[in-house]
Amino acid sequence: MSFDVHRIRQDFPILSQPQHGKPLVFLDSGASAQKPRAVIDAMTRCMETAYANVHRGAYRLSEVATDAYEAARGAVARFINAPDAREVVFTRNSTEAINLVAHSWGRGVMRPDQAVLISELEHHANIVPWQMLRDDRGNPLRVCRVTDSGELDMEDLAAKLADGKVGLVALAHMSNVLGTVTPVERVVALAHAHGAKVLLDGSQAVVHRRVDVAAIGCDFYCFTGHKLYGPTGIGVLWGKLEHLDRMPPFLGGGDMIESVSFEKSTWAKPPARFEAGTPAIIEAVGLHAAIDYVNAIGMPAIEAHERALVDHAMRKLSDVPGLTLLGRAQDRGGVFAFALDNAHPHDLSTLLDRAGICIRAGRHCAEPLHTRFGLEQGTARASFGLYTTPEEVDYLAGALVKAREFFA
Amino acid sequence: MSGNDFFGDLRDLYQEVILDHGRKPRNFRRLEDADSTSRGDNPMCGDRMELFLKMTPDGHIADAAFQGRGCAVSMASASLMTETVKGKTPQEAQALGTAFRDLAMTGQCPTCAASLEDAMERLTPLSGVHEFPSRVKCATLAWHTLNAALAGAKEASSE
Repeated sequence: MSFDVHRIRQDFPILSQPQHGKPLVFLDSGASAQKPRAVIDAMTRCMETAYANVHRGAYRLSEVATDAYEAARGAVARFINAPDAREVVFTRNSTEAINLVAHSWGRGVMRPDQAVLISELEHHANIVPWQMLRDDRGNPLRVCRVTDSGELDMEDLAAKLADGKVGLVALAHMSNVLGTVTPVERVVALAHAHGAKVLLDGSQAVVHRRVDVAAIGCDFYCFTGHKLYGPTGIGVLWGKLEHLDRMPPFLGGGDMIESVSFEKSTWAKPPARFEAGTPAIIEAVGLHAAIDYVNAIGMPAIEAHERALVDHAMRKLSDVPGLTLLGRAQDRGGVFAFALDNAHPHDLSTLLDRAGICIRAGRHCAEPLHTRFGLEQGTARASFGLYTTPEEVDYLAGALVKAREFFA
Repeated sequence: MSGNDFFGDLRDLYQEVILDHGRKPRNFRRLEDADSTSRGDNPMCGDRMELFLKMTPDGHIADAAFQGRGCAVSMASASLMTETVKGKTPQEAQALGTAFRDLAMTGQCPTCAASLEDAMERLTPLSGVHEFPSRVKCATLAWHTLNAALAGAKEASSE
């Protein structure tokens, strides 16, 4: 199928809703993406025709719902090329997936003297759980530097792995601020050579790139549904089965046990071990529909569209007087954080909103990264989805010039 | 299309007084001999200020100054605040703060005492912020910080 962005836009009902009397220019997909009709309909259809609790009812409707829920797991596995669908654990979001690993692998498998290595470009979701682990169990936290161009400092990474005391490297596959795509294959090779496992936060990357966990060779990979045009409330933790098998449960409750008595309970096998309680059934169906939607367009076509858009945006934004772009990585996706010399990000966001443009302002859950670049006051961020057009980028650039005049 | 039309009714929020005080905040300095200081933080957006108060022997605010970083609204609000609280007693300044928060949240100030009328008139350009719920705390951060300074607290947060 050829990629026609204007036809694709018609799949997203919200994009035809004006904002403040102007066409909606939604440039905050990095925070959460809009939903195509296919996802909305799949979730409605599930509730209208195929809904019951899963994994427990010996009646047809429950079996249909269970099949739909497990089919979603299979779709996720194929989407990231996981060798086995049992390696796919549904969580609430990426944050919960990382917390699951921090608790279950961090406290249950890692020794307290093993360090966790993260980087300066991490989202708070990939910082705070490891700080909590450190404070709880003593696992040292190491932080890999980021270069001035906004890329992972690979020399520093190697140096911080050298003593063999790192148990886990936890990194973003793509920065939610700089747009930088990290060289994950190289990271994995380096980490494994020093005895460390690798967790990748793919929240941004999975939307923009074809992700193949088998080819990357990582140990854990997580992402969230709502940035991938799916619903909120559903996320994914993928982990190698040999790891998941060794991990104790994260939350206790129904669905995650084999047998329960007041003396002792035994745990179900993965993935059920990590899915206590009634899961997000409707949301899993929605995520499945989102994956089908993205697959039908084709990840290579989405990537090509985005590469062209990124090049266009680099040129257009560089032409805006007084604009400083944060990060100039060689390999980057459609996320642009910037500062405008005389307009504070919050003022800018309020102003652009009146022109129909939604951007994010602040530190984007990456305060240490902003401190690293001396931008404690935050930045404005425009992030693209598969429905973003070059005309929207032009409109943004024009609006930024006008905003600068407004505050002059 | 001029910036005015392009950005709709934003001149209601960004009146000339606000833009002016945002660009050139008054009393933007440290008071080395301050009697009390307090730091205000808006952790969500990274706005931060430090407020300095100098009191007269009979307990009036002799001087008020601040330093910090933030958006035009928070800088302008702090700037206007330091101008309006000078000469006031702590009680008067706190009453003014309460009235201002009403103004920022509703655009009106029904409980405003006659004695505060002059000061409130100076602060009225900020009333437009009530149309922007996510921005109200930008305008109120300075006043939270003032309350903390008057109460002898070192920190205030607008969260």
